[in-house]
Amino acid sequence: MNNPNALLHRRDVVNELLRDRADLLVIAGLGAPNWDVSAAGDHPNNFPLWGAMGGASMIGLGLALAQPRRKVLVITGDGEMLMNVGSLATIAVEAPKNLTIAVLDNERFGETGMQKTPTASGVDLAAIATACGIRTSRIVRTMGEVTELRDLTHAGRGTAFAQIKINPEALVFVMPPADGVILTTRFRQSVLGDEALFN
Amino acid sequence: MAEAAKSRSEAVAALPTWPDEIYRVLKDAGIRQVAMVPDAGHSRLIRAFEADPETRVVTLTTEEEGVAMLAGAWLGGERGVLLLQSSGVGNCINMLSLPVICRMPLLMIVTMRGDWGEFNPWQIPMGQGTRPSLEAMGVIVNKVDEPHLVASTVQGAANLAFNTWRPVAVLIGQRVLGAKNFKELARK
Repeated sequence: MNNPNALLHRRDVVNELLRDRADLLVIAGLGAPNWDVSAAGDHPNNFPLWGAMGGASMIGLGLALAQPRRKVLVITGDGEMLMNVGSLATIAVEAPKNLTIAVLDNERFGETGMQKTPTASGVDLAAIATACGIRTSRIVRTMGEVTELRDLTHAGRGTAFAQIKINPEALVFVMPPADGVILTTRFRQSVLGDEALFN
Repeated sequence: MAEAAKSRSEAVAALPTWPDEIYRVLKDAGIRQVAMVPDAGHSRLIRAFEADPETRVVTLTTEEEGVAMLAGAWLGGERGVLLLQSSGVGNCINMLSLPVICRMPLLMIVTMRGDWGEFNPWQIPMGQGTRPSLEAMGVIVNKVDEPHLVASTVQGAANLAFNTWRPVAVLIGQRVLGAKNFKELARK
């Protein structure tokens, strides 16, 4: 019935990763991953980026170290991850148990005209993560594997990395608030309580 | 000249109390995460943090990682500091958008190269560009050139960063650090 070789749809993937999210903390990389996370439902525990390309994975690391009892999920794109691929070395060394990095890999720079990224020529981000020392690192091609990744994220038994091969489809933008102060303040208030409002 | 440089570098080596002082200042400011690309000028401070079980020292592959990491720390309620050399400021520029537009604190302690007494011409462009680059991005910059003022400058910068939620950089000049004498190193 379903073509086993068909690429996954990005919003199906993100909806599944965020299913029954409980108190999961989510960082979304700029561009389509931001719109995908927002399409699954705006939430104070989301920190969607509108810029700072290359920063998503390291924001996830700082947050995971600061909140060791919470689970942190970074959802970003292949272009964003490639811009700061060295961060996989940094993160592998720190190895927070509560951090998962999910790369939605459409092999394209989607916001700028669907130009090919290096993953289109075979660059294997999951192998890079493995080589850095992130032992739970995989390429994901089926929704069953997406569900496994969702469960791994909630289990929080070690840093996890996934390169999820998705269809290079351009979807309607679903935008969260754009003001960084609003995004920061509501996230901190949700995670830390009203104390976060005072200096 | 060589004699003067030698006695100066010996004096600096004998009396570097400011790294211990800024360690205390940063502890009092509640610093828990230390993100760094090492610089010789920071080595004593880094050793102090590495010996401290309350702080997490994270070695970065490039300084911009630290800007993002400390934004994440702030989102999770922890305070951090970024230790870097002036050349690393250049690696941070676009990532500084994050603390600037989100009005997050960021405390950067920058040891200068391409400054007073520099020997290596390749350090000049970024060394001289450090302050204007930071200021162009909206970072508040305090430079200190006297050892006895380093601790109070860092303390003031930490207060400014964490009480007014803004990126602040302290530049520690080569007058404080001592300039490397490459000719002496080449003779050894």
